[in-house]
Amino acid sequence: MSNGISIKRGANINLRGEAEKFLTEAKPSKTFALKPDNFFAVVPRLLVKEGDLVAKGAPIFYAKHDPRILFVSPVSGIVKEILRGSKRKILHVIIENKNDSVTKHDIKMLSKLDRSTIVEILLNSGAWPFIKQRPYGILADPDIIPKSIYVSSCCTAPLGVDFEFLLKNDKDSFQLGIDVLNTLVKEPINLSIDASFSGFLEKIKGVNILLVNGPHPAGNVSVQMQKHLPINMGEKVWEVRPEDVANIGKLFSSGEYSAQRTIAVAGSSVVQPQYIKTQIGAKISSLTSLTGVKDSSHNRYINGDVLSGMSESEHGYIDFYNNLLTIIPEGNHYRMFGWLPFVDNKIPSLSKTSLSWLFGNKGYEVDTNMNGEERAFVVTGEMEKVFPMDIYPMQLLKACMAEDIEKMEALGIYEVIPEDFGLIDYASTSKIEAQEIIRNGIELMIKEVG
Amino acid sequence: MNFLRKKLDNLKRPFGKGQKWEKYAPAINAFDTFLFVPNHTTKTGAHIRDAVDLKRTMVTVIIALIPALIYGIYNTGYQYYSQTGETFTFVDAFIHGSWKIFPMIIVSYVVGLTIEFIFAVYRGHEVNEGYLVTGLLIPMIMPVDIPLWMVAISVAFAVLIAKEAFGGTGMNILNPALTARAFAFFAYPTYMSGNKVWVSEASSMDGISGETILGTLAAGGNINYSFFEMFQGSIPGSIAETSAFFVLIGALILIATGVGSWRIMLGGIFGAAVVGLLFNLWGANALMSFSWINHLVVGGFAFGLVFMATDPVSGAQTNKGKWIYGFLIGVFCILIRVFNPAYPEGVMLAILLMNVFAPTIDHYVIQGNISKRKKRWAAALKTV
Repeated sequence: MSNGISIKRGANINLRGEAEKFLTEAKPSKTFALKPDNFFAVVPRLLVKEGDLVAKGAPIFYAKHDPRILFVSPVSGIVKEILRGSKRKILHVIIENKNDSVTKHDIKMLSKLDRSTIVEILLNSGAWPFIKQRPYGILADPDIIPKSIYVSSCCTAPLGVDFEFLLKNDKDSFQLGIDVLNTLVKEPINLSIDASFSGFLEKIKGVNILLVNGPHPAGNVSVQMQKHLPINMGEKVWEVRPEDVANIGKLFSSGEYSAQRTIAVAGSSVVQPQYIKTQIGAKISSLTSLTGVKDSSHNRYINGDVLSGMSESEHGYIDFYNNLLTIIPEGNHYRMFGWLPFVDNKIPSLSKTSLSWLFGNKGYEVDTNMNGEERAFVVTGEMEKVFPMDIYPMQLLKACMAEDIEKMEALGIYEVIPEDFGLIDYASTSKIEAQEIIRNGIELMIKEVG
Repeated sequence: MNFLRKKLDNLKRPFGKGQKWEKYAPAINAFDTFLFVPNHTTKTGAHIRDAVDLKRTMVTVIIALIPALIYGIYNTGYQYYSQTGETFTFVDAFIHGSWKIFPMIIVSYVVGLTIEFIFAVYRGHEVNEGYLVTGLLIPMIMPVDIPLWMVAISVAFAVLIAKEAFGGTGMNILNPALTARAFAFFAYPTYMSGNKVWVSEASSMDGISGETILGTLAAGGNINYSFFEMFQGSIPGSIAETSAFFVLIGALILIATGVGSWRIMLGGIFGAAVVGLLFNLWGANALMSFSWINHLVVGGFAFGLVFMATDPVSGAQTNKGKWIYGFLIGVFCILIRVFNPAYPEGVMLAILLMNVFAPTIDHYVIQGNISKRKKRWAAALKTV
């Protein structure tokens, strides 16, 4: 079965430094990190202290709101450091990779397992955090049966990942992962794939295929859901990233927690952009030592894409839900009279006050300059141009700023997560921090409505 | 460039965080960011940003205004010399107009920007660029002989009451430039209407026929201008409103750069054309039988529609709303022209009226989206 999803509004930003279809194994990273901040709205409770020995798959912390949800170590070794921020908030749990002990789970054939046992296996093994839930993009609630599950293999973000390539050695694990997930819902899993090319993903069994067509943010699950079956108030929908489907498959075939992460290292500051296979939480330097980085002192390291990723120091670690490390130059420089129309056309612009469309053939080289200062909401209509959902983005943003919960509900807060506003951040003339406003709005919703 | 940058950085030091002039930082930043796009990098949210910013947007509007402004300056001189009967060249007309109009622009900017700077320092935010456009628009829509102090008071009224009282740029209900004109119109009617104000120095001359076309029609007179003259703009009127041709060039700039809403402009033309056509069919008096196509090119309709109805802050914000908002401006403009002899030109009041109703229009457009969503929720509940 397949459905077509066609998006018109949006924009592809063609950047220089796309990862080449070339897969390398990373040198084993010495240290790995788990970051509680990667799990939206989770308050961690530690299960280990510095100096403890942990096996791969051993629990490191659990979620305060549901102690069954465990977060486990991606490698075996020793807890080297627990890094805390202000108010003793846990930022990183750093694990030094030593020896090869693994936590084994006794898992029977999938056909002999019922739903509650499967949920239990996912929870106990630490694979549960692979499943995220809408509304809000929080961790899935183990006690509910969701309306449906979406897996998006279509990545439209700048320098986006090619999941077809990334998963080419994990076809069987991916299929098994889909089979596992199919036991959790009544409807078949919705697997979205890029309509423009076909590969093994089209042959996956037991899925409803969504053929996605159009510019970014067509690859975002929110957009696909809204075009397919929009979320209604009270409904819950789950989402799993493609590589994590394979990780779940591996868990059920081997009985071991799998933390495989294939990272596309991309961006104009990368000497040899490529795909690198490693584990969740690997040290960024273990990847950049392979690819090389130009002028390493003035770069922005981004866990994710340039629109919705999180910035990280060059000594930092790869995030949990992430297949992309983007490295671009910082932009802390001045531009004389740069505000004049049709000046500095090398900077990509969706606005017609720039001739940048003439310079985009080979891809743009971007930096992190704001290209202006924050101002009040003035220009209208520009957000709608890059926002393909049936939602009034500016009005939703204003409702979030006014903390008007009833209006936020009515205008569609249940259907979005911050990353859907990445292009709006980018395109906004007034440099409005839309993703931050939406994130605060969602936090308010969780607090007040739940 | 580096030399200048270093000088500026030195100059700015006392305005830095924790320094003695910190609270005046918005004032110096306004000058600095005029010279240089600052070195700020993204902190939260998207890591890369579009090249466009509010300065660029506002400057684009100013560029779009320049053709109409230059023609307005020339036409001021042209109207003067053609009434006095002196022979003149293009340069004479231009010089005469410049002497009239540049002082008004300077007064408008000095008064308006001073207030803006004071409020920026007082409220601790950066100076918004919106006034760069407003400050140029105000003199362009005034009669040429209005005394400078009236310009100053109108500007102060518009910036204080229409803009800052509502919270500054982005928060105002009414278009500030039109508020300035409305203020002058009601406070100093003798300087703003009649047949002695539209031609430079007309009040000191005898035998002037300096009435606007709409004024003449309202008084039941006959029009001696051809369509081409009306379109090209060699007619009496507020400084920059007379030439539909040069306004059209501005409109094309705004549409091509995406800065002005073509939906509002097209909606307005539809509205005015439809009502104008209906009145043509009725044809009870001179204004009613004035061809609908002429209605589009005379008076301030074109200028108001292109440069003031499209103000994104005071106009409708949704795409559907923009069509309705523009259409109604066209409708009310012609209605006011035809039915209200006290106001020969209706575009100012039509836009101000629709400024007030723009949030209502948007409200109903958005309500459509909300009720669609709620219906979907209700249907989902039923199937469960």
